[in-house]
Amino acid sequence: MIRLAALSFAAIFAFTGLAGAQALEERVSIVTSFSRDVTTPFVEAFQRRHPGTRVEIQNRSTTAGVSFIRETRSNPPDMFWASAPDAFEVLKKNQLLQKYTPRAEGIAPRVGPSPTHDPEGFYFGFAASGYGIMYNTRYLRANNLPAPKEWDDLKKPVYFGHIGISAPSRSGTTHLTIETILQGEGWDKGWATLLEIGGNLVSVSDRSFGVPDAVNSGQYGLGIVIDFFGLSAKASGFPVEFVYPSVTTIVPANIGIVAGARNQRAAQAFVEFLLSEEGQLLLLDPKIQRLPVRPATYARAPQGYPNPFTDPSLGRRVTFDGDKSEARYELVNSLYDRLITFRLKELNEAWKAIHAAEASLARRDNAEGRRLVAEARRLASALPLTEAEAGDPAIAGAFQERRPDRPVAARQAEFEERWDAFARRNYAEAKSLAERAARAR
Amino acid sequence: MADASLSLPAPRRVGLLARWETTPFHLFCAATVAIFLIAFLIVPVATVVFVAFWDGQGFTLVHFADFFRTSIMMEATWNSIYVALMAVVVATVIAVPLAYFTVRFKFKGAALIQTLGVIPLVMPPFVGAVAMQLVYGRNGSINLLLMDWFGFRIPFMEGLNGVIFVQGLHYFPFILLNLSAALANIDSAMEESAQNLGASGWTLFSRIVFPLAMPGYIAGAALVFAKVFDDLATPLLLNVNNMLAPQAYLRITSVGLADPMGYVISTILVLLSVLAVWLSLLSLKNRDFATQQRGGGGLSKRELRPWEKIGAYVFIAVALLLALSPHIGILLLSLGTIWSFSVLPDAFTFKHYLTVFRDAGGMMGNTVLYCGLAALIDVVLGTMIAYLVLRTKLPGRQIIDQIAMAAVAVPGLVLGIGILRVYFDVKMPFSGESVATFWVMLAIAYAVRRLPYALRSCTAALQQLHRSLEEAAECLGADKSAVMRKIVVPLMAGGILAGFVTSFATAAVELSATLLLVTRDASAPLSYGIYVYMQSPAGRGPGAALGVIAVVVVAVATWAAYRVAERDRAKRTREGAAA
Repeated sequence: MIRLAALSFAAIFAFTGLAGAQALEERVSIVTSFSRDVTTPFVEAFQRRHPGTRVEIQNRSTTAGVSFIRETRSNPPDMFWASAPDAFEVLKKNQLLQKYTPRAEGIAPRVGPSPTHDPEGFYFGFAASGYGIMYNTRYLRANNLPAPKEWDDLKKPVYFGHIGISAPSRSGTTHLTIETILQGEGWDKGWATLLEIGGNLVSVSDRSFGVPDAVNSGQYGLGIVIDFFGLSAKASGFPVEFVYPSVTTIVPANIGIVAGARNQRAAQAFVEFLLSEEGQLLLLDPKIQRLPVRPATYARAPQGYPNPFTDPSLGRRVTFDGDKSEARYELVNSLYDRLITFRLKELNEAWKAIHAAEASLARRDNAEGRRLVAEARRLASALPLTEAEAGDPAIAGAFQERRPDRPVAARQAEFEERWDAFARRNYAEAKSLAERAARAR
Repeated sequence: MADASLSLPAPRRVGLLARWETTPFHLFCAATVAIFLIAFLIVPVATVVFVAFWDGQGFTLVHFADFFRTSIMMEATWNSIYVALMAVVVATVIAVPLAYFTVRFKFKGAALIQTLGVIPLVMPPFVGAVAMQLVYGRNGSINLLLMDWFGFRIPFMEGLNGVIFVQGLHYFPFILLNLSAALANIDSAMEESAQNLGASGWTLFSRIVFPLAMPGYIAGAALVFAKVFDDLATPLLLNVNNMLAPQAYLRITSVGLADPMGYVISTILVLLSVLAVWLSLLSLKNRDFATQQRGGGGLSKRELRPWEKIGAYVFIAVALLLALSPHIGILLLSLGTIWSFSVLPDAFTFKHYLTVFRDAGGMMGNTVLYCGLAALIDVVLGTMIAYLVLRTKLPGRQIIDQIAMAAVAVPGLVLGIGILRVYFDVKMPFSGESVATFWVMLAIAYAVRRLPYALRSCTAALQQLHRSLEEAAECLGADKSAVMRKIVVPLMAGGILAGFVTSFATAAVELSATLLLVTRDASAPLSYGIYVYMQSPAGRGPGAALGVIAVVVVAVATWAAYRVAERDRAKRTREGAAA
């Protein structure tokens, strides 16, 4: 007990001592992919707390932000503040972030399947977000569609042509959702689910805003999106709802201090502020709507606010294997693009024919028809490689940047061409089998 | 044609310069252009694109071989070529009648039509996408109405045909502007001679007027082709992936990935665009379009008969309504509260404009400054290059032209990264600020990316200008730079203006390089502001309001440019008449 008191006393002393000894710098510059709705409340509150320091926000897309930091090593911005954990991984691998140990207390060590902060201390989770399904209520009513609850619901024929997603190669969070489904359901079954949902997709967007934009304006009815897109659209008055399926993942949104930052003390103070009670409370703002990483903050959240620390359905069902995910990161993206994004039309046609055949079988059942449909289903959800192959450095390595410590793999383009041919052949065959099944009697 | 230079007393020309029909002034122009292109296009882009030719140890072409072995790439190549050709057809159908009506007939509001005709080029990023979907999308206003009234939809925005439709609407101004400038340059003596020989109506148009305006049409059509070929925004908006530009984009912008195929595709895009422009120039070769126009020139304008007038007005109204419907959509979006799965927004409000005026005042000024400067650089360089190519035999002049043209296919992100890589460590004198993030660099980046537009317009204008006019001036003792200032540039004014307007208008909404090079809100242009707002659902209204402001800024600038040009032309015509 005494030891604990002494420790916390020491911590407080260290903190005040440090803060007292050296004032913060006059400015701190932050590159962020977050919108003004998110950044402004934090910036204003931080400046009230530290009146001598001015926060300069530079808005860039995640890609442009990473490139900017990489190209400006000699005089970099102080911080990078964004959602996608993979962007921080890239910066960390390129030695563009610096270590820091946040002093804030009361932060949960883990949120969802992953640690809140980078275990090596290069970036820090300040809020969590989960993936789920966003839908436009006007659209569903007009098209007589039921509201979905689970990923499996999206496989139903009623949703054919009503669902959108952003490509995992374009969006780190979509990638995590895909990987979560793959790990939650297993490689083969997971891909089968993805391909069957793929059959219902109306578009695979290259812009991550493309999906919430389209659902908000009613171009299509349902989108697979990260929670704050759905929750903040709803808070802004759009006729949309958002649900978390039970197999979902929670990912932290992060902030990191850039290596060589000129304004280190101010940058550290900003990290501490985000993690402080005051900073965490700001996350509940209707225009921000992210999940705090300080469990105590949920006590002050409005009724019905999702809480990953008490709600067992949120991100608890899946134990996420980070190493497995990282080893095949680029490969999974490329495979998704080959099988779904670039062959969406063919995949749609195959599944449309399968749905039609199943509907006609339901009217007049026969063994030959069932056999043909089963074969068509198998082809439309087949995979060109096994899980073991996907984790094999000789194959997965072809999709990664060349590094001296990695074995030289075959070329990415060769695999991609093979998968593309595989997908086209299977989808065409599945379609013709299903069409035969529909005629069988 | 007698060699006028024989009668020139000075400057003395000997050796190579004479053989190249080149003077020191020309060399100065060539050096200026070359330095600009090397410093701001070749070196920055090369530092990024070399990955395409690199296999970890040395030079390789294996990635290019992969390109041709990959069926999706070949499919994408054919799709891109098909879409670009068809978009030229759609753009021609809209633009040629519009240009002809406004130049040929006495029309009320010809300047207004010309100005409105530019606006489709100004499609604010993201906002434009949302507005297009809200108007033409599968549950956009038009399709919702069609469903209600007739029970069917038209897939305006689906697949390759959707891309062709949207691109045709978006880029027809390239043809409109260049063709109008070319038509206005035709000597009315040509037309009168044809009429004396009994030609009229369609014969007159198809045998005399249109062929004489060919350089302008070809310049516009080549630009539409190259732009559509390289354009990214529309396929992305329509989620069409099996074209070259989106394939390159998907690979280049993946976070932190150095996938050589992205740069291979970019290189191939550059080569094919340059090839297209080269082919278009070839089609003009060995033909003479130059007329010794008398000052004002231009076709004689006539009154339309009443029924013709009605027909023309109906065509113009329909064409402009189609072309401007996305902008009407942006306007509604900026004034609406919530707009979701309905024909019109639920309610209307001015609060988005209030939000925007609070924090975007400076952005307007920045946009005018950067884009104005960029367009000015473009027309100066464009005129120089056109002159070198068409009037001298300087070795390498074609290469300069092709390199400048290649900029059309360089992705903004690649140029932005390249500029940061080359110039970030170069410091400004006095302030110590990095040159790469100094605001002038943004204007230069815009100038590089929009140079092809100005260049094609300037080339077309010069092709219509007869050499004898310059030779006459030289006989009267003017040196090359005086000829340039007093004869060539004034007579090319129409084409230069068209180039200025297209460069300015398209630079006003450029985003990808902007996102890399802007470091402070105070120096940000409107496109950056739109991007920032459009990242949240609540920002859709304010983003659209900024989009409307961008459109208005471009429209006002275009209109002002026309006014200046008209006054100039009127003055010259008067002088011509007096002489």
